[in-house]
Amino acid sequence: MKLGSYSISELTNKTVSKNGIILLVGPFSVRLRTRDRQFVSTLRDLYLDFSIGSADKQIIDFHIDMFSPPNHRRWIKPQINFSIDGLFPFSPFSVSHATPLFEWGFNWCIARNAQNYLLLHAAVLEKNNRSVILPALPGSGKSTLAAALSHTGWRFLSDEFCIVNPRDGKIIPIPRPTPLKNESIQVFRNFSPDAFIGPLFHNTRKGTIGHLRPPPSAVEQQNNPGIPHWIIFPKYQSNSDTNLISLDKSFSLMKLASNAFNYEIQSEIGFKLLTTMVDKCTCYNLVFSDLNSAISQLNTLADND
Amino acid sequence: MTDILRSDNNFILSFLKTPEIYLSYTKQDWSLLLRVARNTNILAHIGWILKHKGYFDHIPTKVKDNIDAAQRIVDYRKQTALWELNRLHHALNNLNTDIVILKGGAYLLSGLPFSQSRMFADVDILVPKDKIEIIEQTLLKQNWKSMKVDEYDQHYYREWMHEIPPLRHVVRTIEVDIHHTILPLTSRLKPSPGKLIADAASTKLYGFKTLSPCDMILHSATHLFYDSGLENKLKDLIDLGQLINHFSENNEHFTSELIERANELDLTKPLFYSLHFTQKLLGTKISAKDIQNAKYNTRISNVTLLIMNILVPPAILPEHPDHPKHRVRLARWFLYIRSHYLRMPLELLIPHLLHKSKVRWEARKTRP
Repeated sequence: MKLGSYSISELTNKTVSKNGIILLVGPFSVRLRTRDRQFVSTLRDLYLDFSIGSADKQIIDFHIDMFSPPNHRRWIKPQINFSIDGLFPFSPFSVSHATPLFEWGFNWCIARNAQNYLLLHAAVLEKNNRSVILPALPGSGKSTLAAALSHTGWRFLSDEFCIVNPRDGKIIPIPRPTPLKNESIQVFRNFSPDAFIGPLFHNTRKGTIGHLRPPPSAVEQQNNPGIPHWIIFPKYQSNSDTNLISLDKSFSLMKLASNAFNYEIQSEIGFKLLTTMVDKCTCYNLVFSDLNSAISQLNTLADND
Repeated sequence: MTDILRSDNNFILSFLKTPEIYLSYTKQDWSLLLRVARNTNILAHIGWILKHKGYFDHIPTKVKDNIDAAQRIVDYRKQTALWELNRLHHALNNLNTDIVILKGGAYLLSGLPFSQSRMFADVDILVPKDKIEIIEQTLLKQNWKSMKVDEYDQHYYREWMHEIPPLRHVVRTIEVDIHHTILPLTSRLKPSPGKLIADAASTKLYGFKTLSPCDMILHSATHLFYDSGLENKLKDLIDLGQLINHFSENNEHFTSELIERANELDLTKPLFYSLHFTQKLLGTKISAKDIQNAKYNTRISNVTLLIMNILVPPAILPEHPDHPKHRVRLARWFLYIRSHYLRMPLELLIPHLLHKSKVRWEARKTRP
């Protein structure tokens, strides 16, 4: 059953119960418990097409609780905590920011625990069964570009984690909501007025954030791995023309490795995976300021390569 | 089935004693095992048992994935620690002094099979006390930095502790703890570090030494039962069980030698507790006669033993994360007090605890 097939009340009844709900997101199953109805409502909007599992059918990776700390602030400025098995990796957030807290906490769980995969910091999309990896260097405009591609016929695999399976070198999708930040929220709204963006959260540590709901088809195909074919380093530069420039492989390798979440921990396995991947891919720099023109360049590349 | 009445303590112990129990595991049982083992830092060890027994290929992929993840972290830490040992050798080679590697590093250098999946955090070394100053100075000159800059902390370590304030090299992440003995100077037990170093065994790595098998166990025993509050220390108990298993495998007199050595070093109490609780909780093969012999010289009364039997299991075993119990909190609190009482005489302990709470209070005040 999908999240969207339950009402907010039905979902809240589940999340307050002892067993919580089990979200199946990419390769992970997450048990979530919370009493915050507002958060459940936003979660339902953003994860609408994801399935709910059951404890007797799924082995759970992360047991996450989102509860208010038991102190006097409950009455004045209510707060909320993220915890996994009694660990509290963050200070409490204002209860109105439960959703960004959950998303960051979930990222934290993956980055800390999922060491059986090589975890690159990149968005991943796919066209004609070939995946493009868009590494996230700061200010690159990666999320906006990935979001735009995902709404113009590309399959969306991931916004934050490019999860590489060491068994076959393929990419395991994790099509979670994309956090659009500050100006990019309006940029994306202009680009795709019908897309669903959740409530805006102001004054977070990354400014204003709005989460874009992933397309239903991306969620439906979340168990089909992607085959890496291009590595493209996007670089947003205001007023620039769109320019796709071939990139040296060894340079791309170093750039990817230094920006990964766990390249060092993977040691030899990581080196072999990454060199094999870069060998098989073609690598580019993409300088852009106009989304439409960047997308048409990438479409041309995908259709002719 | 994971019902509330069944003690989860037994849940993880049942696996450790009879891994075959995995055959009856439901999905919920696997979820609980992963969760508890990860919290206790023994997930890779669980994987080692399953591989060792040839069961690993028969478990669910999801469990394998999580175990692989835990093993990957252990491998990375091992690599980091071995590199730190390489750097320490490079830095200290000219001093021509005995350097004894303790705990995780020592298990690794001694080729103990379980050490391949044992999680460890720091590099711990033992050196002769008259060499500790030159060692510290030499390392400080080569870019290791002291991690305790507070004047009180410096004083605390140097006056009362069995180690100097931990060091860390500026470009690396691993901590180096340099000990001159194995218990705080203020502790009630006073094993002679000279005897430990005299008996230390050579290894193949850079002339580093490790404690002799008996002393390795006595150190681990002392650390667990005389220098910790035992809270969630199942991993340390497993170490003891594995060490005892390993060394008694080809030597039926090993336990007797161990008891004799404990007498020499004034460590009979921690040894008795170790034999008693590894046998009781993990089912480690130690004969009742050996346990009796170990108790003989300790002057542990039956009342004390009864109290320890009540407090130690709930404190040392991981709880079910969804059902924390008051009983466990109470047991851990008593053992925490016990550990401080054993570490320091009251006239030192009380001012020390007051200072610690003052620091904590001030930190809380300045927090936004």
